[in-house]
Amino acid sequence: MQNRIDQLFATKKQNILNIYCTAGFPELNDTLTVMKALEDNGVDIIELGMPFSDPLADGPVIQDSSSRALKNGMTIHKLFEQLEGFRDTIKVPVILMGYLNPVLRYGVEAFVEKCAAVGIDGLILPDLPMAEYESDYKAIFEKNNIDLIFLVTPETKEERIRKIDSLSKGFIYAVSSSSTTGKDKNMGNQEEYFEKLNSLQLKNPVMIGFGIKDKATFDAAASHASGAIIGTAFIKALENSSAGIPSTVKAFVENIREGKTIMI
Amino acid sequence: MDIAIDTSKSRYHVDKNGYYGRFGGAYVPEMLFPNVEELQTKYMEVLRDPDFQKEFEDLLRNYVGRPSPLYHAKRLSAKYGAKIYLKREDLNHTGAHKINNTVGQILFAKRLGKTRIIAETGAGQHGVATATVCALMGMECVVYMGEIDIERQAPNVARMKMLGATVVPATSGSKTLKDATNEAIRDWINNPLDTHYILGTAAGPHPYPDMVARFQSVISEEIKKQLKEQEGRENPDILIACIGGGSNAAGTYFHYLDVPEVKIVAVEAGGKGVHSGFSAATTQLGQIGIIHAAKTLLMQTDDGQIIEPHSISAGLDYPGIGPMHAHLYETGRATFLDATDEEALAAAYELSLLEGIIPAMESAHALAKLKDLELKPSDVVVLCLSGRGDKDLNTYIKHMKK
Repeated sequence: MQNRIDQLFATKKQNILNIYCTAGFPELNDTLTVMKALEDNGVDIIELGMPFSDPLADGPVIQDSSSRALKNGMTIHKLFEQLEGFRDTIKVPVILMGYLNPVLRYGVEAFVEKCAAVGIDGLILPDLPMAEYESDYKAIFEKNNIDLIFLVTPETKEERIRKIDSLSKGFIYAVSSSSTTGKDKNMGNQEEYFEKLNSLQLKNPVMIGFGIKDKATFDAAASHASGAIIGTAFIKALENSSAGIPSTVKAFVENIREGKTIMI
Repeated sequence: MDIAIDTSKSRYHVDKNGYYGRFGGAYVPEMLFPNVEELQTKYMEVLRDPDFQKEFEDLLRNYVGRPSPLYHAKRLSAKYGAKIYLKREDLNHTGAHKINNTVGQILFAKRLGKTRIIAETGAGQHGVATATVCALMGMECVVYMGEIDIERQAPNVARMKMLGATVVPATSGSKTLKDATNEAIRDWINNPLDTHYILGTAAGPHPYPDMVARFQSVISEEIKKQLKEQEGRENPDILIACIGGGSNAAGTYFHYLDVPEVKIVAVEAGGKGVHSGFSAATTQLGQIGIIHAAKTLLMQTDDGQIIEPHSISAGLDYPGIGPMHAHLYETGRATFLDATDEEALAAAYELSLLEGIIPAMESAHALAKLKDLELKPSDVVVLCLSGRGDKDLNTYIKHMKK
């Protein structure tokens, strides 16, 4: 059976919008409410963050959302409980993003099997080294039809990008600049990097992430790739919202797609 | 000096893939891969370069003040019934062993063409040592320090500032060493091209544990030579050091790891008691996991969240240990003990009165275990006195009043 991520990229070639949210945030039981609202508003991929106490690659906004989710009582076991049966209502591809330690603690094989059982399509584990994935875990991921999505950055050399492309499934996550999430770096001078990625004729589609917060930055990123990923800006919107999750998500996505509302 | 000694045949040193047994490695996000790869490919080449070694040795001798004495502590020896030597790292410039590593790494950073230095610090000793070498070399210096540690180590914060460093408080998590390390790594991710991260302990991604151990190995190299002069033999019966991340321990053990007749003892911070919920005794409370991009023993919950440790000493307040030490624990090469806050305080007062040396709170943990070793009068014991206690005076005064 074709993975939902592959199905998406087979049918939709551009302007794919992937939005990140932290599981158990703003409140413990908001996970599915947020996911459903994202789907209802036409978001193409949901990236669900598994909160971790020490998220090295994240900036303060996502880290704070993780701390809050952990305080709310979120755990990996709890998350799988919440995801039980979610495929009855949510159809878009869902990716879990998190750090390796909690996955190791759960047991990599058990974790990947559980992902497949509840209907998760892919994983992003930024601190899992490529060599270790290849030698220890690749077979487990493939057997369970779970895509592992690797990151590339402007500093990643061509040879390594090709290796990452050969091991990645689903898509490649192109970090727009070498930074932690939510860092406001200028994306304007990244054209050369995106063009380089395009010229490599990779087998995987490319999604661009980090630093995307509104229609202008989304359109700019999406013009160089299949689409783009938004995290920090969405977490901020959820955090500052008093309108309730469905309205907040609707306004946020409309702003990205059409530039309708002005987000803080 | 032989910081580039061939360790490829040792089962206790790092292997060619960056592992000590099942511990070690480099679990870094892609944003840091080029930096870490650059360090991995270049550090041994640089360490082998005779010009680098000459420059390093010269600074150690004339700037740091090495060799540090190996002092036969007679009254302490009489008390514990063995021949106890203190390796006086407290007499180094800046007051601790940390300077050995920062001198090495700043020279390395210069060779990599880096212009900006970042560091993490717990007790402030590594921060001061880093600020010192940055001043010496005219480099920009940013030190991350937990908000709580900034409070309890005020003199060291003042010293770093006087040396021109920017001290940035880490306000996340437990607001201590672990969080300062997270912030330093984040800074590095955001500034990958011009910045070198001077990691202060034998932890973090490969090659840091081995690189730091090699820069600190001057300690064991000197012990060998000094013991030969004073005792007619290079090998002590017992080596003791305290362990947070484990840099002074790595330096104390380095040349003795493959000498099985030398018994190696590591002392962790037991805090208020190993099972009190306020402890940093990683080997007893931890399981295999990943912290600061290395696979090692780590205090964590069943959910894989890192537990905030406790120790009276800011330098031992770390939920992991370096991967070399995790391997020494697992193979049984080193014996791991723990000392509580109370035991360490008592040992610090004792050393002050018996020998006229006020030790760092960290080193006091190692001293505290002399009473628990089964010592014979003929035993030669070498204890690494990793730093001096000036920075801990507030803590000492506070507890003396009680």
